[in-house]
Amino acid sequence: MRMAQDDLATPQTPPDGIATVVQERGLRGSMRTLMTLGLRRVRQGELGPLPVILGLIVIALYFGSQTSWIFLNARNMSNLVLQIAAIGSVATGIVLVLLLGEIDLSVGSIAGLTSAVLGVLVVYHNWPWWLAIIATLAVGAAIGAFQGAWFGLFGVPAFVVTLAGFLAWQGVQLRVLGPNGTVNVFEPHIDNIAATYLPTIWGWALGVGVAVTYTAANLIKQIRRRRAGLSSQPLAVLLVWTTIIAAISLGAVGYLNSYAGVPTAGVVMLGLVLFFVWVTTNTKFGRYVYAVGGNIEAARRAGINVTAIRIWVFTLSGMLAAVGGLIFTSRLTAASTQTGGGTFLLEAIAAAVIGGTSLFGGRGSVWAALLGALVIGSVSNGLDLMSQPPEIKYMVEGGILLVAVTVDAISRRGRAAAGR
Amino acid sequence: MRGISKHFGAVQALTEVDFEVYPGEVVALVGDNGAGKSTLVKCVAGTHAPDGGKIVFEGREVKIASPSDATHLGIETVYQDLALCDNLDVVQNMFLGRERVQRLIPLAVEPLSEIEMEKQALGVLESLRVTTIDSVRTKVASLSGGQRQSVAISKAVMWNSKVVLLDEPTAALGVAQTEQVLALIAQLREQGLGVVVISHNLAEVLDVADRIVVLRLGRRAATFERGEATPDDVVAAITGARMLKIGGNR
Repeated sequence: MRMAQDDLATPQTPPDGIATVVQERGLRGSMRTLMTLGLRRVRQGELGPLPVILGLIVIALYFGSQTSWIFLNARNMSNLVLQIAAIGSVATGIVLVLLLGEIDLSVGSIAGLTSAVLGVLVVYHNWPWWLAIIATLAVGAAIGAFQGAWFGLFGVPAFVVTLAGFLAWQGVQLRVLGPNGTVNVFEPHIDNIAATYLPTIWGWALGVGVAVTYTAANLIKQIRRRRAGLSSQPLAVLLVWTTIIAAISLGAVGYLNSYAGVPTAGVVMLGLVLFFVWVTTNTKFGRYVYAVGGNIEAARRAGINVTAIRIWVFTLSGMLAAVGGLIFTSRLTAASTQTGGGTFLLEAIAAAVIGGTSLFGGRGSVWAALLGALVIGSVSNGLDLMSQPPEIKYMVEGGILLVAVTVDAISRRGRAAAGR
Repeated sequence: MRGISKHFGAVQALTEVDFEVYPGEVVALVGDNGAGKSTLVKCVAGTHAPDGGKIVFEGREVKIASPSDATHLGIETVYQDLALCDNLDVVQNMFLGRERVQRLIPLAVEPLSEIEMEKQALGVLESLRVTTIDSVRTKVASLSGGQRQSVAISKAVMWNSKVVLLDEPTAALGVAQTEQVLALIAQLREQGLGVVVISHNLAEVLDVADRIVVLRLGRRAATFERGEATPDDVVAAITGARMLKIGGNR
């Protein structure tokens, strides 16, 4: 075991006598390397999730102090998770679209329309809940595919196609709901998505599962890299990350369990985020999304079917918007004419950008959806706790979006200055 | 290539041009702006279809109607803009469009096999003696012009290619970086590839090329073997001041 550690910590296996010293030097050395690399990346404008994590800490402390720490208590955090489930899911789709260097303005309307479809199918047509959910997701995907095809095949800018969709799908939503307007959805399975919590033990299983999977996957990867004779992370760095991930996942589960448990809707959102993190970083499709967003001409010459990638991404965006519609329906136990309207679209886009996805394409990660949704959700939740009126909320959220985009633009300049 | 012609509307870009490159040989293609260098290269690369003439590859006549036809034959082109994705790293760029995957569940779950790709990329860079890149996991955006050119060329030759066309490989580079790229071109010749270099830089062309083909006004104006030409001769052929060995009948 000891040897194995040393083996991972230092590139060359040290002679027995100096193993401890070398390991310590390995640890310190690797931390130093990590710091230098990190600093260099920051200076060159590769900020990653750093600004948003700092922002979250500031937001948490501010609202905590302003609400005699009610903001941070377990009940409110549980509530916050429920509030951001829809935005986080929809923002996941937006991140994919932004990675292409495009924008999807129709996701709010798609969420509203799919919510209406779900309500009408279950209530007026008595469809079984599971079939109605499948149909709802299919409608979202079909709308996305239609818009993606219009953009990909005819070359109409995505901005315009989805702006048309923004209006049109809202119209369809009103038509589907019919003259009665709001449909109350009292279907236990659907309502339970936003009304139930994981049993304590399952919550713990989830937290442990995330931590163990992360550690195991990373460890296997590093061992295989070493076997292949490639550079690998020192064990110390691996340990630090494992500790951080374990602390976050177990800490979050423990805190939420101290109130009512992990909200089911939160699990849905987290599952989607994790799945798309995997897809974007580990599959050909994900690689091609980044390539198209980075240099479309290079992608085309590499034989990538750019049109197909575009259509797929918009299809996914539509489907994830439908997931948002589903979560909305569940939370409100109704499909209303207002669902998906108001500031929802802008909040979803803001979440993706605030989370660190570049508007210029090719840079960012799906994690941005989760982090950004947390920021937007926290601000909204915190201002509500401070009993601030909606106008203040709008102004603050607008300001945060502007700051996030400015950080993106300035870091892009930083990259240019560093020759990137 | 025998008697290649190409016209765009009324403009005759190439008139019955013969052009040939053999394995283990560096041929420089020079000529003034508008002489037809790019058009000729695009005919080989499959971007343009020639109007007349034939292309013989490894002893048999072939049709190159699209870039993928050229790629299948083993003809790779490195364009001046390099076609690299700045936001991807060296390995990701080298394998772009041809990623290796692990078939966990065929057609459904096929994660990328990064380790295999990284190993292979390192192997190619090493075989080409590209030593200036610290880490193949660096984003291409942070590489210098010479390093980017090296990546683009390595990418082109890693697929068992037989002929590599380089469009102005040193146009945007400084002295040291030009040296790197010229060394790389020599390395390609070592490995038995046919290399075609389009260039404006005569000193560099005389330095690296085994043969220099001069195009002028869509025709092959002259051919020089290594060592037989002085810069003045080449300039004369480019500008048409003097005609040497018209047609080139090798």
